Amino acid sequence: MSRDPQNLLYAESHEWCDISEENGVKFATVGISAFAIEQLNDLVYMDLPKVGATVTAGEVFGEVESVKAVSNLYSPVTGEVVEVHVELPDSLDQLNADPYDFGWVMKVKISDEASISKLMDASAYNKQCAE
Amino acid sequence: MNPPSPLAKTPLDSWHRQSGARMVPFAGYEMPIQYASIVDEHHRTRTSASLFDVSHMGRLRFDGDGSELLLDHLLTRRVSDLGVGRVRYGLMCNADGGVLDDVLVSHLETPSQRRFHLLVVNASNREKILKWIIPHLADFPTVTMSDRTELTAMIAVQGPKAIEVCNRLFSFDLNRLKYYQAIITEQFKKPVIVSRTGYTGEDGFELIVRAEEANRIWENLLLAGRDDGFAAAGLGARDTLRMEAAMPLYGHELCESVDPISAGLAFACQFEGRSFIGDEAIQEIAAKGPKQTRIGLLPEGKRPAREGSDVLNSSGKKIGVVTSGGPSPTLGYPIAMAYIDAEHSQDSSFQIDIRGKVVDAKLTALPFYKRP
Repeated sequence: MSRDPQNLLYAESHEWCDISEENGVKFATVGISAFAIEQLNDLVYMDLPKVGATVTAGEVFGEVESVKAVSNLYSPVTGEVVEVHVELPDSLDQLNADPYDFGWVMKVKISDEASISKLMDASAYNKQCAE
Repeated sequence: MNPPSPLAKTPLDSWHRQSGARMVPFAGYEMPIQYASIVDEHHRTRTSASLFDVSHMGRLRFDGDGSELLLDHLLTRRVSDLGVGRVRYGLMCNADGGVLDDVLVSHLETPSQRRFHLLVVNASNREKILKWIIPHLADFPTVTMSDRTELTAMIAVQGPKAIEVCNRLFSFDLNRLKYYQAIITEQFKKPVIVSRTGYTGEDGFELIVRAEEANRIWENLLLAGRDDGFAAAGLGARDTLRMEAAMPLYGHELCESVDPISAGLAFACQFEGRSFIGDEAIQEIAAKGPKQTRIGLLPEGKRPAREGSDVLNSSGKKIGVVTSGGPSPTLGYPIAMAYIDAEHSQDSSFQIDIRGKVVDAKLTALPFYKRP
């Protein structure tokens, strides 16, 4: 499986979001955009949410640290965390090379579909990054 | 309110931008924080060598009879016996013993045999130090002070390969220059101050040239070190390197409310047979024992403790605060420097509150890293 960044949705805070549907329920796989990873640079630490936790669109669900700074991760959607990428915090050096497949952070069972509508498509997001 | 003054640029500014540096405001200057990866720039400095533009550092020149006496009065280290070609680290303190700045003072001689003293001060303190010194000049009428910062550039070449490569550029054999010595040599008939000092914990040199020579010498250094992997490194790596070497940074480990004894810099205070501003206060602190001490801590796990994190004792009581902290690229785990109440300096267990999560931290001797 290989995610195409052109087909993903993005939050203003630089998280990407891949929406899928299983048996009528919508899920979001969430990661950090290549642009943000490049900006953060030299990641050294990541704090993941717990499976079962509730996350809210626009609110902090974890944090990521580079050599110089700590940055919050904001959830692009509202729902329940059903899976987290437990290997990721120990393999942050691979995030740069593969932000959209290896770089997934969590999978959320969406409880409020309205939260999706606030996300940007790839072209709108790329425009934001170019500003 | 006055509009914010525009940021100054170093003579190497356009080189940094053309090389893809990320520029950040620092102490009134726009400075490169990194070119690509801070970690790569850090490792390169430890294994080969890096070039740092440190032109933001303040450079004050003192000419005339008695400049050594003026500086002797201002600094915690004796300057009057500093031989030509030698460099000394010292502190400038106020009458209460609070640290105004930490500085390097050099005694230099020009090819035409003019002798002068050079004071290198922190960029963030330059204006303050100029204002501090001016009233004292009245007591030394033969001394003139000139701020050479904007007329010159300063380049640090740091790393184990620095000497080999710098030796390809200068007629003077740098093997003859020992640690904390400095000379004026030349390249293409233009004067270059070469000082065997640095702020990374590695061997290396700090070069001062006229501003208009900065780009040429920078390019020549890169060219001379091409086969040894020389490249530019930014202030980000400079910070992680100095942190590993446990070198204090003004505004973090040092400020006007910290005295040299608490900072662990008693070695930089010489009291015998002389007097300087702050000497009585510092001696009193040394006699009574300081209220706080600077220590090194290793927080458990991978999450770095940053500046401002509280240090707790084993029963959870706040006993200090982290002044610098982050990941150590060389060691592979986080390191932190902190001030703790002196009464707890013999404690065996510590904790750090890292943004709400309390982790155990192990006391460790400073520096965290010492070059082999």
